[in-house]
Amino acid sequence: MDEVAAAHEPAPVAGWRVALRPTLRNRLVLFGAILVLALVTLAVFARAIAPYDPTEMKVADALRAPSWAHPFGTDRFGRDVLSRTIYGSRIAFGVAISSIGMALAVGTVLGLIGGYFGGWADVAIGRVMDIWFSFPTLILAIAIAAMLGPGLDNAVLAIAGVYAPLFSRVARGSVIAERAKDHVVAALGLGAGAPRIILRHVLPNIAAPLIVQASVSLAYAILTEASLSYLGLGTQPPDPSWGTMLNEGRTYLETAPWMSIFPGLAIMLAVLAFNLCGDGLRSVLDPQLRGR
Amino acid sequence: MRRYVVVRIVSVLPTLLGVSFAVFLMVRLIPGTVVDQIIGTEGTYSAETVRSLRAFFGLDAPLHVQYGRWLWSALHGDLGTSWRTGLPVLQMILARLQVTAELTLGAMVVAMLIGVPLGILSARRENTALDHVVRVTSLFSLSIPVFWQATMLILAGSLWLNWAPPVDFVSPLAHPARNFGIMALPSLVLGTAAAAVFMRMTRSSLLEVMSQDFVRTARAKGLSERSVVWGHAFKNSLIPLITIAGIQVGYLLGGAVVTEEVFTLPGVGRLLLGAVVQRDYPLVQGTILFIAALFMLSNLVVDLLYAVIDPRIRRG
Repeated sequence: MDEVAAAHEPAPVAGWRVALRPTLRNRLVLFGAILVLALVTLAVFARAIAPYDPTEMKVADALRAPSWAHPFGTDRFGRDVLSRTIYGSRIAFGVAISSIGMALAVGTVLGLIGGYFGGWADVAIGRVMDIWFSFPTLILAIAIAAMLGPGLDNAVLAIAGVYAPLFSRVARGSVIAERAKDHVVAALGLGAGAPRIILRHVLPNIAAPLIVQASVSLAYAILTEASLSYLGLGTQPPDPSWGTMLNEGRTYLETAPWMSIFPGLAIMLAVLAFNLCGDGLRSVLDPQLRGR
Repeated sequence: MRRYVVVRIVSVLPTLLGVSFAVFLMVRLIPGTVVDQIIGTEGTYSAETVRSLRAFFGLDAPLHVQYGRWLWSALHGDLGTSWRTGLPVLQMILARLQVTAELTLGAMVVAMLIGVPLGILSARRENTALDHVVRVTSLFSLSIPVFWQATMLILAGSLWLNWAPPVDFVSPLAHPARNFGIMALPSLVLGTAAAAVFMRMTRSSLLEVMSQDFVRTARAKGLSERSVVWGHAFKNSLIPLITIAGIQVGYLLGGAVVTEEVFTLPGVGRLLLGAVVQRDYPLVQGTILFIAALFMLSNLVVDLLYAVIDPRIRRG
């Protein structure tokens, strides 16, 4: 049975290489990928790259304009804005990756259960998702953050809660399409159980749309975290989240605009990078969009 | 058509009920109870005080009874009373609805006026330099946080024009010109990100329609490109745009919270934020339920519009 099943299994690695080649040939996607890589490197090596401790206060240096010593200037407590912006990437990526990872895991499991087994489980999951989709995204994130209380961990949960239904819908649709294919029917006929079919025959083949969705969702997760922190419901001071930094900069907009300019630019670059990658992946993996 | 409308309206009711239950549960799931939140961590309170507070908030009844009572009141227009102001929640929301409605509508107009023409232009000049510029610009626009864009515009206004956003809101009915001066920039800021979505959808939808057989036929019979695009393709490409408009209402209602905060506009979004900060749970609950209901209503209207425009939907 294994040989027959194996004969029907796709060869995902080679497929991915083939798929990624034209993606990376697209200059915009390449730019996005390089940008993601650069920002991730900044986040990982923040301790080595940042010139100062991001939370160290030097009141004597408060609200200094950009200079050689402080290229992005300093904030009201004399903290180096460049160092805080670099460390901010840790929070942005940390929140985005963990929340979208959770959303991907929970949403995919729900979508697999609903799409594969159908019946009442599918109806029940579908109804709950309908309810979830009835809330505007940011309002839902605010509602969950309000319920759990402000903080970094709760922001992760709020963002995961907002995006899980998206993955569930994507997974469900793909599972339904995949279930009807010959290789799944053949595996069923050979007596393979549901877990084996789901894990070996369905999941690898529905990975592409989920990865595209994850890439785009990472961009929106960064934006949502920044929005929650800006509104005071996400990361709390003194942790250097880009949203929190922008919120702190509001009061000093005219006297110290650098407090607002650089964290905002960082958000824009990070979101743009993931948007570019998501767009490129989508245009390669979705045959209808190829060449558009 | 009438049957479709009735079926569609009835199908919304279970979801609305589910939404109301989710909003009801939200406050009940807060770590600790509402009573703990009021009492706080300082000082000591007798068990009797806690019991009477629980009875006052109706928390001593079983959950389904609490939900039944709450839903019954909500159906009668009673969303509870704000703990901070003592005013009815619905009255507070309605007093601020005008600002949010004006902002959302204004942003939608901006989004469509910018997004749809750019999408058409981009599709008609597919794969030219202009197309690439429009597409990259739209990606940039999607990547800029609303609150940062607003902050930068305020900064530019104060540096170069010696301008600051007005603090007091005036009704468009009382002072149309002053109201326009207050709402123009917030609507523009909120509308530009949504414009990028409209642009991208218009472009891809028009390109898809342009590749269909009936467009080839129209070209084959010798029609000019202008009448092929405007007479045949554009109308058919509008249908997905209406769906996008419905979805964008949700985005704009969420974005309105941030925009109102930056521009200090007294709308429903800022009411919600204030309620969250002050832990005014009846107000949080009522505002979220109201916004969700508004979003569902807009999606329902979009679905019905869809059926009016596309006969295949109401017949199918």
